Amino acid sequence: MTLPEFIPLIAKVLICFFVVLTLTAYLTLAERKFSAFIQDRIGPNRVGPLGLLQPLADGVKFIFKEDVIPAQVHKVYYILAPALLLVPALLGYVAIPFGDSVEIAGQTVPLQIANVDLGILYVLAIGGLSVYGLFMAGWASNNKYSLLGGLRASAQMVSYELTLGLSIVGALLVYGTTNLRDIVHQQTEYWMMFGVVPVPKWGIVFQPVGFILFLVSAFAESNRLPFDLPEAENELVGGYHTEYGSMKFAMFFMGEYTGMITLSGLIVTLFFGGWHVPGLEGAGLPANIIAAIGVGAFCVKVGFFLFLFIWVRWTLPRFRYDQLMGLSWKGVFPVALINVFLTGICLYLHHRSM
Amino acid sequence: MIIEKPHLSLFQKAYLPEVARGLWITMKHMLRKKPVTYEYPEKPKPVPANFRGLHRLIQRPGGRERCVACELCLTACPANCISMVAADPGDPNVEKYPLRYEIDTLRCIYCGFCEEACPCDAIELTPHYEFASSRREDFVQTKEKLLENNRYVPEAERVSNARTNETYLRV
Repeated sequence: MTLPEFIPLIAKVLICFFVVLTLTAYLTLAERKFSAFIQDRIGPNRVGPLGLLQPLADGVKFIFKEDVIPAQVHKVYYILAPALLLVPALLGYVAIPFGDSVEIAGQTVPLQIANVDLGILYVLAIGGLSVYGLFMAGWASNNKYSLLGGLRASAQMVSYELTLGLSIVGALLVYGTTNLRDIVHQQTEYWMMFGVVPVPKWGIVFQPVGFILFLVSAFAESNRLPFDLPEAENELVGGYHTEYGSMKFAMFFMGEYTGMITLSGLIVTLFFGGWHVPGLEGAGLPANIIAAIGVGAFCVKVGFFLFLFIWVRWTLPRFRYDQLMGLSWKGVFPVALINVFLTGICLYLHHRSM
Repeated sequence: MIIEKPHLSLFQKAYLPEVARGLWITMKHMLRKKPVTYEYPEKPKPVPANFRGLHRLIQRPGGRERCVACELCLTACPANCISMVAADPGDPNVEKYPLRYEIDTLRCIYCGFCEEACPCDAIELTPHYEFASSRREDFVQTKEKLLENNRYVPEAERVSNARTNETYLRV
């Protein structure tokens, strides 16, 4: 008996939804814990062992807080904005493959919610939608600080959207596909360095510059320090979410952290071989176990990049706005163009020599 | 005033090496440095030996206070927080004793002048400082309370038999 096709699909959706939201909650704790460790403090340790129940307490607090809607706001947009930020962040995860296929009850289930052919474009496009949430929040709050925060957010995100897309063009030239699943499959192959050392064909090996540019753009795109000008606390009170409280405020935070998870997943998929563990194919394990290890490897890799996001945040000071724009248009953008150009030449020469 | 832009080398202008250096510094803090936090209510911060906290009246071996009601502490007190009524104990060995001895700790500035002025080493500031209360009366330290405050110092220091000044103290 084979399962109807929609059951594994629904299971995958539910599991992903649950895992991403839980991870989002625990990222707030990780953020506070790691910031504490970096600053020689202890961090939250009152709720549960090692403060592990802190996200739960925060959630309860947010839900039971009075939901104030200030009198001067544009009500519809004000209420819509947090949802418009959170939903695209959650949707982006749909196209990212988190594991190879598994065999369940005679059916091959690919560990990815939707195998979109234009996967990478889909993720970037959906991610780009979140700028509407930010700007709508800034505008609807009818408050100078919020408006400035929203303006900064939209200008920044539009600028870095460009570099985010351009920095992976080189990688896409190498892979020759925009399907994220095919991209990961290509990275599971090996390439003999100097004809002797086998190196997995991870994106980082062929596109180190593209990776760094993408990483910088990802930081800017997720509005994290050193590029968190939209919410620059010491200049703009809280930026676009100044007027928000209780669960709406929490949704902005969830949107930010979910965006981080999606971008980390994208980085891992494009440049670090997704679920691929080098050398595991030869170990002679059953396919399902290899797939499970792959999911674990994917989580570890994503976890590292989430840690990097937090680590960088508590290390670097904030950029000035002109520096931010300068970095985008005068730094990352030209380098990304050169990278595309050089990648094209290399690929041309490579194909001619074949 | 013109502030000249600092000249940055190409290495510094490239951001990333300097970013990596910063990350290394924070990583060292994360791994090596012990937290500087005092988890206060559970683990009290150690106070120095000469910390000036709540007062106590030192006892004689019999349990009676060493104070001879000379009123020097009261005179020395810049905050006027000590009040005293002296009386005759009817004890041939003790000429005078404080019938009432009260310190209003809300007025006290913890300068320690009382302890300096005392010729008998009868009053002392202990390292104890956690005596918050929501009632005003709790802050007036009566003689009985001051004698009980001996519990905030080590057992050996609670009772003193030292003959500091024979003129004032005949044990």
